[in-house]
Amino acid sequence: MTGPAQRGTGEPVSEPNVPTAGSKGWPLWEVFVRARRGLSHQHVGSLHAPDAAMALRNARDVYTRRGEGVSIWVVPAAAITASSPDEKDPFFDPALDKAYRHPTFYDVPEGVSHL
Amino acid sequence: MTAASTPAATGTSVLADYLIGLGDDALVLSHRLAEWVTRAPQLEEDIALANISLDLLGQARTLLSYAGEVAGDGRDEDDLAYLRSEREFRNVQIVEIPNGDFAVTIARQLIFSAYQFELYTALLSSADETLAALAAKAVKEVDYHRDHASQWTLRLGDGTEQSHARMQAALEATWPYVEELFDPTDIADQLAALPRIAVDPATLRPAWSDYLRPVLVEATLVEPQPNRRTRGGRRGLHTEALGHMLAEMQSLHRSHPGVTW
Repeated sequence: MTGPAQRGTGEPVSEPNVPTAGSKGWPLWEVFVRARRGLSHQHVGSLHAPDAAMALRNARDVYTRRGEGVSIWVVPAAAITASSPDEKDPFFDPALDKAYRHPTFYDVPEGVSHL
Repeated sequence: MTAASTPAATGTSVLADYLIGLGDDALVLSHRLAEWVTRAPQLEEDIALANISLDLLGQARTLLSYAGEVAGDGRDEDDLAYLRSEREFRNVQIVEIPNGDFAVTIARQLIFSAYQFELYTALLSSADETLAALAAKAVKEVDYHRDHASQWTLRLGDGTEQSHARMQAALEATWPYVEELFDPTDIADQLAALPRIAVDPATLRPAWSDYLRPVLVEATLVEPQPNRRTRGGRRGLHTEALGHMLAEMQSLHRSHPGVTW
C-alpha cells in the first residue's frame, strides 16, 4: 500500500462534488467489482463510508472476502442518475417491436467475440 | 522443517518458544478484535475489524501448529490456545489491553500492525522455510491492517475536537506498551540460539518509527513521552486483563474437552 503521508488510493486532490461525512451520517456509495476473469465491473451492492478512500477499503472488506475481484470502483450513490420504474414503458417498450433495429439479419463472422 | 537447536531434555525447543511468542501475539489480538463484532460503531467497520481478526487468527494457527510440531510434545494448536494458563502465554502486553473506545483500538492496531509489518518483512529472509512462507503471506495482510489503522488515525486525529482528544488520549494510553515490542532482553536466549531464523526486535524500531511518525504528524497528534513502560510479556508476566480474556476465550473448550462441531 502507499506510504504514510499519502491518503492512499481513491482520494483525489480536490473533491468539490464528492460527499463527505457530516453530522447527518456517512454517505452511501455504490460498489462495482471486476472479477479476475471478467471484462467489466459489475454492481455488487452498496455501503456507507465517510469518504472515497474509506469507501474503497470498506468495499474491499465487505465485497471481496471470497476472492471475487481484482478491481473495485466506488461511486457516490448521489452521483448516479437512474431511470425511473414509472417510465419503464415509454423508455424501453418501443425498442422491442422495431425488428429492423435488431442485429439479427446477418451472420456474425467467426472469431469476432463479445459482439 | 529445518534443523533448529533443540535441547532434548525438556522436549520443548527454543524455536518453539519463539514461535509461541509470535503466535500468542496474533491469537490474543485476534480475540480482542473479535470482541468488537456486533459492537463496532458502523456495520462496515464491524466487518473490517472482523477481517483483521481472522487474518491474525490464521497467523496464530500456523505459528502455534508449527510450534506444537517443533516442540514434539504432542500438543497441537488447540492445546496451546485453550489449555495454557495466563502465565504460560508469551505475548507482548499491548495486544491484551482491553479494547477501550474505538480510538484505543485504532491506536493499538496502528502500533502493533506497523510492528508486525517490519517483523514479517524481516522474517521473509528467515532460514526456517515454514516461518519465511508464513511471513510472505502475513506481510500482505498486516500491510493492509496498518493502512486501515493509519487511515482511521488520520481521520480521528485530524477530525473533530472530540475525536482528536480521544485519539490523543488513546496514544497516551497505549504508548507505554511500545518499548516492550522492541526489547530483545526477554528473548535473548532465543535470539542467540536462532541466529538466522529469529529476528531481533530492536532492529525493527527505526523502520517502524519512520512509518508511524509521519502518520501522527499528519493527524496533528503528538507522539507521547510516557514516564512508564511495561515489560515481561515474553516471560509470562501479564496485566490482569489477560486472565479475564482467557477465561472467556477458553471456557468453551475447557468445559467440553474434545468437542467437535
